Amino acid sequence: MSMTTYHLRVNGERKSVTVDPSTPLLWVLREDLNMTGTKYGCGIGACGACTVHLGGIATRSCLVPMSLVGDRDVVTIEGMSRDPIGRIVQEAWYDKDVVQCGYCQSGQIMSVVALLKSNHKPTDANIEESLGGNLCRCGTYVRIREAVKSAAEKLA
Amino acid sequence: MLIAILFLAAQADGLAAWEKVYSVLTSPRCINCHTATNYPQQGDDRHRHFANVIRGPQDKGVVALNCATCHQSSNANSTGVPGAHDWHLAPLSMKWQDLNDQPLPSSEVCRSVKSQLDGPHLLKHHEEEALVLWAWQPGRRTDGTMRTLPPMTHEQFVEATRQWINAGRPCP
Amino acid sequence: MQFPPDAFIHIRPDGRIVVMVNRIEIGQGVSTALPMILADEMDADWSQIDAESAPAADVYRDPVAQVQMVGGSFSIPHSFQQYRELGGKMRAMLVAAAADRWQVRPEHCRTEKSVVYGPNNQSARYADLASEAARKSVPDKVRLKDPSEFRIIGTKVRRLDSKAKCDGSQKFGLDLNLPGMLVALLARPPVFGGRVKSVDDRDARTVAGVRDIFEIPLVKGTAVAVVANRFWAAKQARDRLKIDWDLSGVERADTTELRSAFKELAGKPGIVAVNRGDPSAFDAIAPENRIVADFEFPYLAHASMEPLNMTVRFDGDRAEAWSTSQLPESDRAGIADILGLPPEKVMFHIGAAGGAFGRKGTLDGHLGREAAAIAKRIRGTPIKLVYTREDDTQGGYYRPMVHHRVELGVGSDGMPNAWRQVVVGDSFVKGSGSQWEGLLVHNGLDFLLVEGSANTRYVIPNFQVSGHHPNAKVRVWSWRSVGYSHNMFVVETLIDELAMRANADPIAYRLKLVDPDAKKHRVALNLLAERGAWRSSLSSDHACGIAFSDYHDTPMACAADVSIENGRPRIHRVTVAVACGIAVNPLTIENQVQGGLVFGISQIVPNGAITVKDGRVQQRNFDTYSPPYIKDAPMAVDVHIVPSTDPPTAMGECPVPLIAPAVVNALARLTGKRYRTLPLPPTIG
Repeated sequence: MSMTTYHLRVNGERKSVTVDPSTPLLWVLREDLNMTGTKYGCGIGACGACTVHLGGIATRSCLVPMSLVGDRDVVTIEGMSRDPIGRIVQEAWYDKDVVQCGYCQSGQIMSVVALLKSNHKPTDANIEESLGGNLCRCGTYVRIREAVKSAAEKLA
Repeated sequence: MLIAILFLAAQADGLAAWEKVYSVLTSPRCINCHTATNYPQQGDDRHRHFANVIRGPQDKGVVALNCATCHQSSNANSTGVPGAHDWHLAPLSMKWQDLNDQPLPSSEVCRSVKSQLDGPHLLKHHEEEALVLWAWQPGRRTDGTMRTLPPMTHEQFVEATRQWINAGRPCP
Repeated sequence: MQFPPDAFIHIRPDGRIVVMVNRIEIGQGVSTALPMILADEMDADWSQIDAESAPAADVYRDPVAQVQMVGGSFSIPHSFQQYRELGGKMRAMLVAAAADRWQVRPEHCRTEKSVVYGPNNQSARYADLASEAARKSVPDKVRLKDPSEFRIIGTKVRRLDSKAKCDGSQKFGLDLNLPGMLVALLARPPVFGGRVKSVDDRDARTVAGVRDIFEIPLVKGTAVAVVANRFWAAKQARDRLKIDWDLSGVERADTTELRSAFKELAGKPGIVAVNRGDPSAFDAIAPENRIVADFEFPYLAHASMEPLNMTVRFDGDRAEAWSTSQLPESDRAGIADILGLPPEKVMFHIGAAGGAFGRKGTLDGHLGREAAAIAKRIRGTPIKLVYTREDDTQGGYYRPMVHHRVELGVGSDGMPNAWRQVVVGDSFVKGSGSQWEGLLVHNGLDFLLVEGSANTRYVIPNFQVSGHHPNAKVRVWSWRSVGYSHNMFVVETLIDELAMRANADPIAYRLKLVDPDAKKHRVALNLLAERGAWRSSLSSDHACGIAFSDYHDTPMACAADVSIENGRPRIHRVTVAVACGIAVNPLTIENQVQGGLVFGISQIVPNGAITVKDGRVQQRNFDTYSPPYIKDAPMAVDVHIVPSTDPPTAMGECPVPLIAPAVVNALARLTGKRYRTLPLPPTIG
């Protein structure tokens, strides 16, 4: 497979990478762009640690080869402090002392931001469904629920 | 009498054609997304899709866990994820299974199909719909194995559909 | 062992104080709690504290275990006094420096928030006194605070590492990106102990970015290393390898065979761990007053969100390693051994781990050895060895598979009058030659197999626990809460069964059964009864399950409100009472209890077992070995800590053994069915 040059917009900035087209977006972010906030947990989309926003949709970047990214904007955890809802979610995470090892939290936050962008008043069921595929081995789910509701209150 | 015989023969042909269509509809590549439940299935063994993905209000999953969260507009063979344009579950009205994940009987599916789409629309759906076409180019898993194809070619499936429609869409 | 303050505290000119944490932060909150302890005695301004993870060095050893480690939930119990003294000594030296400067008596000075105040309105910042203080001799003894004087210890302090873990800047082992670094993956034998016979790597070498492909030794067997400039290149190349494995002479474990072998062994008395009264008393009991129960527990994987990884660079006469090891000395020794260096020549950094739960530090130092074996071939270049999720799931070192058989007699008062228990499962310390073996293995039996049962504080006459180590050819290791993870399930579900039989309240029953001298146990149970009063007003489709555990001196009792939804247990609420001595950071404790319960839920979820067939592990990734997702977790957990000024006891592992028995006890009340094999079947009720 020959290397191909791709032009991306990541967190609003233009980036160019020359990689094997089959390389998942996750690894281009982590290695070629040295943006390690997006994590590798499983490589099959079962854990959500690799979640980014691609074309505005929460997407598991371990599954998307560069050849399928196209011209969709990429937003990662590194961009969340400049996003109004991202900031509110991060503040809720600090306030509720959510994290433990922290490895899954980039993906959790990216998923929660997507949820809150679409629904300012998520119910318990909404939260459980939307975060239903995000794994946290340290078990911070109880605090995640609280933090999501706390963030939602700030949006009301 | 001759007309009766011809009619019966046409019926029999039509029913045979339907059974061909039914065999495709209930093969894993199709039936896995034509569920009666709030989740898709995956694999040739048709187990429940992992990671708690669910149907959602518009059959496209829920925010942060949409079908599009993982499935792109074409197959991603390097990561083992099937894809096609607008990947999503068939609506509940087009379920081909019961709530125990068992395929519905042929007669039931037949009547259901008849009530959903008229002949021309059904033919178009079978001939052109991206998600239907996908079943014949379902992509590879990460271990290199190809997903099993439906039990006949796409052309044969379309031809069987046409035959069934021309025979007046008889149901068993 | 000496612990000089200057190895643990660095006061910067700008006033920030860096505290070296002698334990790896694996999520348990130690990188906040240990600095809290030190900062309190030091009277430092908490807002100026930064925590840093200490590298491998003797001075950072656990003062009691005398080895650098995270395990046993020892961090706070063993380092509480140590970090208090460090803070107190540093304070004394700062005061001595100030007293010198002002020519006053130290006892006339006081300290508060990183400032020393003299008797005549003098004041000086710690930062301004630091270099003078460093020249003072370290006092042998120092007066420490009375707990009533604590200002930081005992308060709810938010974690120091929260921000970095929420904005993507926190680096984990897998995130290391050094100039010129290469990534390595291992193609491992499909069966433990297999060896490479031949490799066809022609296709693999055509992948752009591949640097080299070669065989390396494993602790047992051999593997093929693929080294490339990117993870994806290494992975693609590895996928293209055609390897012929030599599996001759390798024993192939099989779960089905092991199940019947373990069950058969459980029918024979094992090596006795504890014996009180008359073990044959059971045989004289009438059949209607006997319970004979068999329990089965599968192998369990740790499944940390960050898979195993380690980076090593070999420079010929020295080496450098970046790890997330819970047992740095073992990994460092392994690296040194492979590279032919003395351990002191291996600079060993310890970074934050994305979860560990016992997996990320093994006595054989296998991860360090593997990374070093690769680095040895590519000198001068940092090599990051990465385990994919599949490698991590299939790589062994599991919580052992265990079978328990209990023969239990019930007296006319409903209390147990005989208890004969046989436990079958493998040991990870036996044969290791380590200090742990000396401590734990007696007469050939590893106490870790029977802990939770053998040392129960329930008073049961005619009590015997014995065990067998079957040698099942599956590599086992420690898993969060170790032997308690299965022993407490056995004890607590049987006790619950007895309580139900006697029509007794399950908390009252336990209070009656537990040793009257077990004060902390009784206090925890009573606190639960008080805070769990909601259990008497549940609707009929809910039930309350009670369970208890006393891992490493921390009694914990829980009440779980459970119903059945779509064929699965739904846990609505769990109330937990904890007796852990001083609660250094009640917020951390709350987190650990909530998180530990969820970790314990991995024992009951579907796809929650590691099985072997013909020597091969059958699970590969989270689709076939699934940790709990949010819907498996309790909706709410409230934690109640018994107030205490006693030294703190264990925390991180303590909640894990509680939840599986609590749920199963609730299910017994909902369905009439008592589950004794874990994980639970996919559909309940």
